[in-house]
Amino acid sequence: MKMSKIVELLNAKVLCGEELLENEVHSACGSDMMSDVLAYVKDQAVLLTGLVNLQVVRTAAMMDMLCIVFVRGKIPSDDIIEFARDNGMVVLASEERMYPACGKLYANGLVGGALHA
Amino acid sequence: MSVPLKFHYDVHGEDFTSAGNASVQAKKALRQLGYDPNIIRRVSIAMYEGEINMVIHADGGSADIIVYPDYIEIVLADKGPGIPDVSKAMQEGFSTAPDNIRSLGFGAGMGLPNMKKHTDDMKIDTVIGEGTTITMRVNT
Ligand SMILES: Nc1ncnc2c1ncn2[C@@H]1O[C@H](COP(=O)(O)OP(=O)(O)OP(=O)(O)O)[C@@H](O)[C@H]1O
Ligand SMILES: [Mg+2]
Repeated sequence: MKMSKIVELLNAKVLCGEELLENEVHSACGSDMMSDVLAYVKDQAVLLTGLVNLQVVRTAAMMDMLCIVFVRGKIPSDDIIEFARDNGMVVLASEERMYPACGKLYANGLVGGALHA
Repeated sequence: MSVPLKFHYDVHGEDFTSAGNASVQAKKALRQLGYDPNIIRRVSIAMYEGEINMVIHADGGSADIIVYPDYIEIVLADKGPGIPDVSKAMQEGFSTAPDNIRSLGFGAGMGLPNMKKHTDDMKIDTVIGEGTTITMRVNT
């Protein structure tokens, strides 16, 4: 799925990485616990989260993720967006809650991906 | 014999905002050295978990990355309270993190086992009341 499709499906605001939206992503995960993202996520390119702090973008950067979607209308502060921009990530913000946001993406082919072996 | 390349980072314990910053810097440094992305990711995740632990549980410390010809060593040293029962701390789900840490997205008790999972070797030296040093190795 192109990241521009995520923008469309979630009616999301693009906070940075506009120029990257035509790139493809193949899997996603949703969590407010960075502990779990670090422990259970393998190759997912997209992180949906309702948690807003700098550790969200740092965690995503450690895991080489390409796109962060802040759900529930959360708008990250400028330092968070700045970090994501410097690290070549797309940041989106959507009014959707976590469950419907994940559901819409999943139903349109963005799967969960493999667990750690 | 050439001297191994070393990167040193101070990890500040007083404010959570900067937690993870050393790992971000280390990842950049390893990228510049041209390592395979999978190797870099394993080092990054292991160091990041350990760095966050030093901030949450030990009031900060220091992080060193030492680059040897066939492996990368990560040394995380703090002067925190030490770990009373290491085998318990290594269990998935064991955490002493307070609720306010959970609201920041951490404290599931997954960090130490995850560090072990992503490294080829991991050693924990800990003394109650003196501190903890974790040494990890990722073969390159
Ligand atoms: N550097 C340290 N100094 C003192 N205690 C530590 C240190 N690192 C870990 N611990 C202890 O070991 C426990 C387990 O650590 P682990 O990283 O697995 O989980 P956590 O940090 O509590 O949660 P998570 O890593 O999932 O966010 C911690 O809750 C803490 O009691
Ligand atoms: Mg931890």
